[in-house]
Amino acid sequence: MFAYYLDLALRSLKRNKVLTALMVLAIAVGIGASMTTLTVVHLLSGDPIPGKSGVLFFPQVDPENPARADHTEPYPAMDYRSATDLWNAHRADRQALVTSSPVKVRAPETGRPPLILSMLSTTADFFPMFEVPFQYGSGWSAQDDASHARVAVISADLNAKLFGGANSVGRSLRVRDTDVRIVGVLKPWRPTPLFYDPWSQNFSKTEDVFAPFASSMEINEGNFQAYTCWHVPDDTHHLQNSDCVWVWLWVELDSPAKANSYARFVTDYAEQQKAMGRFAIGKEHVRVRDVMTMLTARGMVPDDVRLQAWLASAFLAICLFNAVGLLLAKFLRRSGEIGVRRALGASRRAIFSQCLVEAGVIGLLGGFFGWLLTLTGLWLVRQQPVDYAHLAHVDTVMFLTTFVTAVATSLLAGLIPALRASRVVPAWQLKAL
Amino acid sequence: MEIRPIFASLRKHRIPACLIVLEIALACAVLCNAVFMISQRVSDIHLGNAIDEQGTATVVLRGTDDKLVGSDIPRNLAALRGIAGVQAVAVTSTLPLSHNNWGWSFGLDPDATISDQKSHNVSLYFVGEGADQALGLRLLQGRFFNGDEYAGSKFDTAPLPETHVVVITQSLAKKLWPGQSALGKTLYSMPHYYAVIGVVADVLRPAIGTHSGPYTYDSTYYPISAGGSKGVLAYYVIRSAPQDRERILREAEQKLASLNPGAVTKAQTYSDIREKYFADMSSMAWMLVLVCVVMLAVTAFGIVGLTSFWVGQRRRQIGIRRAVGATRGHIMQYFQTENLLLTSVGVVVGMALAFGINLYLMQHYEMSRMPWYYLPGGALALWLLGQASVFGPAQKAASVPPVVATRSV
Repeated sequence: MFAYYLDLALRSLKRNKVLTALMVLAIAVGIGASMTTLTVVHLLSGDPIPGKSGVLFFPQVDPENPARADHTEPYPAMDYRSATDLWNAHRADRQALVTSSPVKVRAPETGRPPLILSMLSTTADFFPMFEVPFQYGSGWSAQDDASHARVAVISADLNAKLFGGANSVGRSLRVRDTDVRIVGVLKPWRPTPLFYDPWSQNFSKTEDVFAPFASSMEINEGNFQAYTCWHVPDDTHHLQNSDCVWVWLWVELDSPAKANSYARFVTDYAEQQKAMGRFAIGKEHVRVRDVMTMLTARGMVPDDVRLQAWLASAFLAICLFNAVGLLLAKFLRRSGEIGVRRALGASRRAIFSQCLVEAGVIGLLGGFFGWLLTLTGLWLVRQQPVDYAHLAHVDTVMFLTTFVTAVATSLLAGLIPALRASRVVPAWQLKAL
Repeated sequence: MEIRPIFASLRKHRIPACLIVLEIALACAVLCNAVFMISQRVSDIHLGNAIDEQGTATVVLRGTDDKLVGSDIPRNLAALRGIAGVQAVAVTSTLPLSHNNWGWSFGLDPDATISDQKSHNVSLYFVGEGADQALGLRLLQGRFFNGDEYAGSKFDTAPLPETHVVVITQSLAKKLWPGQSALGKTLYSMPHYYAVIGVVADVLRPAIGTHSGPYTYDSTYYPISAGGSKGVLAYYVIRSAPQDRERILREAEQKLASLNPGAVTKAQTYSDIREKYFADMSSMAWMLVLVCVVMLAVTAFGIVGLTSFWVGQRRRQIGIRRAVGATRGHIMQYFQTENLLLTSVGVVVGMALAFGINLYLMQHYEMSRMPWYYLPGGALALWLLGQASVFGPAQKAASVPPVVATRSV
């Protein structure tokens, strides 16, 4: 029966090629536009570190004193003292201090011109915590952190640029005016969004140079910039004692119980600081969020992208209305034919499924072309001058979603017309013939 | 024109009629909002900026030795002045739309601090001697800095310079001291204070956020000596005739690179800086244009398709009407009036929807209120679109010969 309906549907579609093309095109365009933007939204709100995002936490406290009345959330950064206090307590399974600064880098042996790069200052746990992949060598040790060792890890990009991609472990790099020894070279690594550094642009590349926190404070002194300050720093070149936030703390807590007890620890710390008079706001502004919660609170998906997604959904709705109207007109125009079939004994259900098959064929065709349009749309997004452009690719989830949406859309579009057609009264139609 | 028969016929085709109305309503709502968004972006892209945008170019010099800037900067400037065709050169800490923004908050009372609620956040431009000439700033009131003010200003340990003079933009002056002259007034941020000695035409901030707003032009200028600049003066601004700009920029970059072998140079014309700043905004605007065009096309096709079907369905009735005396014009008018009715209902719903969407966007996105005339504008566009797309099918209907009426009876 299905094969017969399919044959009927194809015949009917062939009868009016222009109209069929219009309907397929409308569905295809609607699907293409909406799936392109939804894919972008889906990719931008993705998990940057799947499998571990649930155990990585971003503690926040609010050191601003006096507090501003319009300040309802703590800053996405800490002052040096709070961050190091919490870090020094070693209450987490793993923990890393993080901050970034611009720095001049060159490899004296290569004779290449110097580069201004972004340097990430962090502590040893950073690499195992965020599962950073190494091409050569490894990260530094906690001992290196403590002894202010002059070591660094560099990105695959920088290694390619300076050393042609060769194993550069053990070679030296001049970071500002200090020679540091390269201990590790990363594999290409680009967590998206760049979750661990809330200051950088959300979808930018990772830093090119990673150096121990304490060493880099000395190497690049004066080049660290504050996220914001609430008192004028006495010395802008020395933010350690300033009323400025500029350091991030990340902790790994392997079980919910540990996460709870860590949250209590941070709360106690904030309350204690408030009691001492250093904080104006204590536990009310303590946040210990895991990666995804933090990203949602930060709003990673750019406004423009969300607007586009809304627009595309409205667009899909317009295309859907369009398809329903055209299908309805098409089916009802065949009322005579349907009347004859009904009179000859076809049940309502048979007419209904016949019409639905026809709608489904249109949907499949629309879905196929819509999928091609989605690919084109994503190619267009990749050509855009936006920092998330490189992300725009179809993944399996979105590929399936596209097809399911296409068929569901057209079946939905076919539903009302098919229902209406199956209710055609045979006698009236026969009379009119 | 009798419209009762049209109603009677539409009542028999309730679902398709509703669908076309919904389609038009949605199209109208999306169109109004999308066009409004496009216009906002276009006006942002064309924001005024009172510097000589066509004649300026810049080489950013980073990684220099902060201790030597006192002698390096004058040497570099002298070298740049030696390039044929250069009209003026100076160093600044940043440029409008360069993304390199230094913000600070000032109050109007002597005890104001940076974190006061009432303080106004402004962008800081630290400029070396001759910056007004090199940028082409337009002085409206007062004066720009004199040689002593440049020479006497330096950075100590604080992020604000040790000077007591400032030049501000006209918008900021009007906002801080409405109805008064800003000259001689003072900006305070304990322990620093700066007296306004000049007002310049509006210059954009280094970063204006995602959309322009009341803060777009809150820029302030401070003099700074080369020796006391602590490395903030990284932007070498070079002004020339627009046609010489590319060549001079290349020469300037080579010169600065050879004079400062350890440093990193980056050369850009001002037009590049501006274009880059607004690149994603303009791509979004083009995307919106594309969506509008395709959406209107889909809507038009929908109307064409549906009307064609109705025409086909009613061939016999049309024939009968023609046989009993209706002219071609009458038939045309019937379909055109029918479309006008459907579109009118659609745009009324659509305008309400457009207004609602605008309210929602205002709440959740950085969006301002849509001016009222976008609503009738969108309505008019869809009326025209409806009439244009119904014209073909209506003409086809009018060409049905009266003899059809007699054929299949």
